[in-house]
Amino acid sequence: MKIHQLSLFLENSPGKAVEPCRLLARAGVNIRTLTLADTQQFGILRLIVSDWEKGRELLQQAGYVVNVTEVVAVEVEDRPAGLASLLETLEPSGVNIEYMYAFTFGREGRAILIFRFDRPDVAIEHLRAAGINVLPDVEL
Amino acid sequence: MSFLEVSAPDYLPLAQMRQLQLARLRALAARAYQNVQLYRTRMDERGLGPESLCDPSDLGRFPFTTKADLRDTYPFGLFASPMSEVVRLHASSGTTGKPIVVAYTREDLEVWTNVMVRAFAACGLTHGDVVQNAYGYGLFTGGLGAHYGAEALGATVIPISGGNTDRQIMVLRDFRVTAICCTPSYFIHLVERAGELGVSIRELPLRAGIFGAEPWTDSMRRHIQTEGGIQAFDIYGLSEIVGPGVAIECSCQDGLHIFEDHFYPEIVDPESGEPLPDGAEGELVLTTLSKQAMPMIRYRTRDITRLIAQPCGCGRTLRRMARISRRSDDMFIIRGVNVFPSQIEAALLEVEGTLPHYQIILTRLKGLDAMEVQVEVTPEFFSDKVGAMEGLQERLVDALDHTLGLRVSVRLVEPHTIQRSEGKAKRVIDRREP
Repeated sequence: MKIHQLSLFLENSPGKAVEPCRLLARAGVNIRTLTLADTQQFGILRLIVSDWEKGRELLQQAGYVVNVTEVVAVEVEDRPAGLASLLETLEPSGVNIEYMYAFTFGREGRAILIFRFDRPDVAIEHLRAAGINVLPDVEL
Repeated sequence: MSFLEVSAPDYLPLAQMRQLQLARLRALAARAYQNVQLYRTRMDERGLGPESLCDPSDLGRFPFTTKADLRDTYPFGLFASPMSEVVRLHASSGTTGKPIVVAYTREDLEVWTNVMVRAFAACGLTHGDVVQNAYGYGLFTGGLGAHYGAEALGATVIPISGGNTDRQIMVLRDFRVTAICCTPSYFIHLVERAGELGVSIRELPLRAGIFGAEPWTDSMRRHIQTEGGIQAFDIYGLSEIVGPGVAIECSCQDGLHIFEDHFYPEIVDPESGEPLPDGAEGELVLTTLSKQAMPMIRYRTRDITRLIAQPCGCGRTLRRMARISRRSDDMFIIRGVNVFPSQIEAALLEVEGTLPHYQIILTRLKGLDAMEVQVEVTPEFFSDKVGAMEGLQERLVDALDHTLGLRVSVRLVEPHTIQRSEGKAKRVIDRREP
């Protein structure tokens, strides 16, 4: 149920984000979603792609430092309090969210949240028990 | 210019100077042989001793002493005096994480003060001058060396030490300072900052600057003299020999007179080590003639210069050395602190365990040196968490601070972005304007 996310180290300067995207596009690897965490000096580009193994290989061959992280994708209703109630569900589990990002496009009234948890398995267990839809890779 | 009695050796006739040097060299060789294992072993291996010295030039047969010897005998291995006679220790950058330690007996401090008084006198300073000493006080020899020299000269010393530019400017103006000691680049910064504060250094009583601890050029001197309305003098020294006060410019500002009665200079080919004649450019090698606590025999300074034997317009008979043009190793100086790329490597290794590709970028902004260490991110240290990457950056800054005693900036860069030439990266990019 965990999803493989690719992360790249990028310097924070113009044109840096486009190169890896172009590389994946040329090889027919689709970027399903992404987020860029940035500081003044550098950025970390996090990508969820259609074929993470192929994506990793391409990027590494091009000289990027690539990390593979297991993240959890959760579906919630796209309405006020949708996220709040989900987070409340997780509270008793004591798991820590290291970062998260969300998207709503193309999901018909639903939002997808991507989490990096410190203990993803415990988080998944709690979410499932509360009847929350944890998405497998293929459905993304 | 008034003549100070203490400056008499500056004018010694050549024959007498060579006699004095020979007598002191013999005593030094004997002292080093008796008290320092390293010197004894090396002299024995070559069948050399004090009696091998019949002329100062015979020193050329003796082996060199290098910074590596100081590192290998860290901390006290080259001391020739028992600790009970050592009254002061200083330290300077080594080539790795450890500094090198230098020692002084009471007599050594007297000699140091003597040469500093003569140095200030050569720049036209005298009692009645107000000297702002902006060299750092502490393990660095600059601060205390200049302090005791100026005090013994009879000048009024302001021991302000380095840093806090705005306060330096306030003191410079309010205390009616007539001479300042600092690095040339710091003085340029001071003049610029004073301008921002609406203070014109040119209009202050300040008339002389004694600048050292880093190489500088004639164009920097012209800039300083015009902008600061002062005479700018170059002072040379290194901790291994004594600290500041090995050589000084006089009013002629054409080369630095070496205090040859205490420091014997030679120029050698930096590759072969062969002695070169006066006038030829090569590496400066110095021997301390009167040092007790830590005699140095033929110390390789790695500074490239030449000796000038022609008489000087000031009347001093001391040979001069040309302004240091460059170094024969990869050391560079930033904000007056000696830095070796190997020290940076030691710090990076300490954090990452293996050596990442790195590059050192030196720049100068408003006269102030800045150093950035660019480090390529490796797969082992890449995390997708921003906090972890910032933590790595911080650990690198801290490790460099511990090793160098300087806060420098660290920039993480993408792999393979630092240029490699023939597989080996160029480590230092110096973009400082001369």
